[in-house]
Amino acid sequence: MAAKFDLNDDSVVVIVGSGAGGGTLGTQLALKGIKTVILEAGARHEMEDFQNDEWASFTQISWLDPRTTSGSWRVAKDFPNLPAWIVKAVGGSTIHWAGASLRFQPHEFKTRTTYGDIPGANLLDWPVTLEEMDPWYAKAEDRMGVTRTNGIPGLPGNNNFKVMKAGADKMGYKECHTGRMAINSQERDNRGGCQQIGFCFQGCKSGAKWSTLIAEIPKGEETGKLEVRPNSQVLKIEHDPRGKVTGVVYADKDGTMQRQKARIVAVAGNSIESPRLLLNSASSMFPDGLANSSGQVGKNYMRHMTGSVYGMFDKPVRMYRGTTMAGVVKDEARHDPSRGFVGGYEMETLSLGLPFMAAFLDPGSWGREFTSALDGYDRMAGMWLVGEDMPQETNRVTLHSEMKDKYGLPIPDVHFDDHPNDIAMRNHAYRQGSALYESVGAIRTFPTPPYPSTHNLGTNRMSEKPRDGVVNKWGQAHDVANLFVSDGSQFTTGASENPTLTIVALALRQADYIADQMSKNAI
Amino acid sequence: MSSTMDSGADSGAGPNARAAVGRRAFLAGSATAAAAAAAAAILVSGGAILCPREAWGYETKALAPDTMRSLVRMARDIYPHDRLPDRVYAVAMKVQDEAAASDAKLKEMYEAGMAKLDKLAKAKHATPYADVGWEADRVRLLHEMEADPFFQKVRGGLVTGIYNNKEVWPLFGYEGESAAKGGYIDRGFNDIEWL
Repeated sequence: MAAKFDLNDDSVVVIVGSGAGGGTLGTQLALKGIKTVILEAGARHEMEDFQNDEWASFTQISWLDPRTTSGSWRVAKDFPNLPAWIVKAVGGSTIHWAGASLRFQPHEFKTRTTYGDIPGANLLDWPVTLEEMDPWYAKAEDRMGVTRTNGIPGLPGNNNFKVMKAGADKMGYKECHTGRMAINSQERDNRGGCQQIGFCFQGCKSGAKWSTLIAEIPKGEETGKLEVRPNSQVLKIEHDPRGKVTGVVYADKDGTMQRQKARIVAVAGNSIESPRLLLNSASSMFPDGLANSSGQVGKNYMRHMTGSVYGMFDKPVRMYRGTTMAGVVKDEARHDPSRGFVGGYEMETLSLGLPFMAAFLDPGSWGREFTSALDGYDRMAGMWLVGEDMPQETNRVTLHSEMKDKYGLPIPDVHFDDHPNDIAMRNHAYRQGSALYESVGAIRTFPTPPYPSTHNLGTNRMSEKPRDGVVNKWGQAHDVANLFVSDGSQFTTGASENPTLTIVALALRQADYIADQMSKNAI
Repeated sequence: MSSTMDSGADSGAGPNARAAVGRRAFLAGSATAAAAAAAAAILVSGGAILCPREAWGYETKALAPDTMRSLVRMARDIYPHDRLPDRVYAVAMKVQDEAAASDAKLKEMYEAGMAKLDKLAKAKHATPYADVGWEADRVRLLHEMEADPFFQKVRGGLVTGIYNNKEVWPLFGYEGESAAKGGYIDRGFNDIEWL
């Protein structure tokens, strides 16, 4: 069963974070027989503990440690201390994610080449191609049980999807279906089929949705090679005089400092905490932060062009019933500059319960325009608009100059300004989303601003050349051979697709690389 | 958050609460009084506010009852839903009254904020805010106060105070928890018929 490793065991791989990247990497390494310790800042909740209650669940699983925001994005005004809506718990944000599992398009690995020189954008081609990633996508899809792959049928469409589909047909969209979802449409991998509960964001209570908490980590623990330590927040990565990392210092459940030695450290704390940890690990040898000779750690923060459109009808929809992300329109995901922007976006159904609809439909709004919208809550259909945003050096995670966390370390500030391309794309998406609902009789539509970020990307990006980024094509730090980044912060650019499938595919690929390098004693 | 508003039995409050309940019962039994209260659906009595029409009373914990009465009016003006009873707005403001009971600065913010709003109302309409007859006039006053921390505190608290109250969910057609009922797989997840 689950392993227990000594703090002084310097032969282990230490992974910081247990989400899509860290949880998958740790499990895969354990399955390969490699001793692995995952340090997870949050608690371990099991699926019975999850709550079909938006605010109660938010309090239970969200990352609520102090953070600040700056920049012109609206989140900084409405939710100044909540730049991101992500999870602090074993399983990380795979507890909260909706399950959409789409492969990138070929051009999305080559944005600098495809889009050209976009002023203000720090575009760069990935050092990886789709051809190279395809087999890993295939492994990830099989592992996660993605519908419409591996002979797995699609999920049945709920009411929210049916409205989207009817509108998509009217609009002439060709690619609208119930998605490629890591949610079982039938029993698979000892997990049952979706019960159409809703509340996918609050942690799946039936186990139909893939998460590292229920679908990966237990398999890793069974090997006897994986130990997951919850309530263990890593504060610093340490290194020796040769510049190789030697372990991490973390605060355990009692707040006591511990030092876990390591042969290899992999950072997977999501795109705010991962760069923060590298920056907080500055030393005399690495004065600008660990792995930061390029100066790119924390920069190029991406959060996807997002927004939502809700359409109100004169008859009931009850969009909250069943799978939260119940379908997708893919037609706008293409790169087609004739629309006035580069890159593309997905339209994916989304629903919020009444409490979150009140909080997020138009934050700060009040009066009858607002309440008459909520009066039509059960007659609403909803979609999320998720598209590629431009990496910008000035969008970045930095260490706060004054504010400290409870361990005395600087908290992160997240600065974000929309790029003109992001704004043009969002406006197009609002128009298309509204037109889709109006085509099937919507009496009002609501262009809803971005929620706090769920897709946090790019702050430790991959690059072919060390001067352009933080890690190489394997997620290995350019500057430190036995330091890896394993989460979405390694994304060179964001693509239009939801990131989790790509994070998992990269983690499976990275596990092979690490095992290979260890066997050759290269690291 | 408990959405139980009433008084004595539920809150375990003292003699004053009992008195409030007593008056409530008296007023609720008087059709004339209830009709007279239509213009001012919420009354102040001693340390409590009373809503004869809806048969509830609430003894304030920190705020002056007059302030509380005006805050309930303000709550409805900020998030007006004609089908919601005053009780829902009072429940939402009760949370803020209770918070003010252990936070003197907060209490001062509510009292001073409402005094300012009343002053604006008197200057323009020769009557306190809560008694300004038209919602549109009251809303104009609120817009003048919109940047005030007092207004933002009240409004922010109402977002959860009203919409996270499970009692109101059915009125909006929201069904809440579903896992314990087996989800919607056999309960209408795809029952839309009008498309």
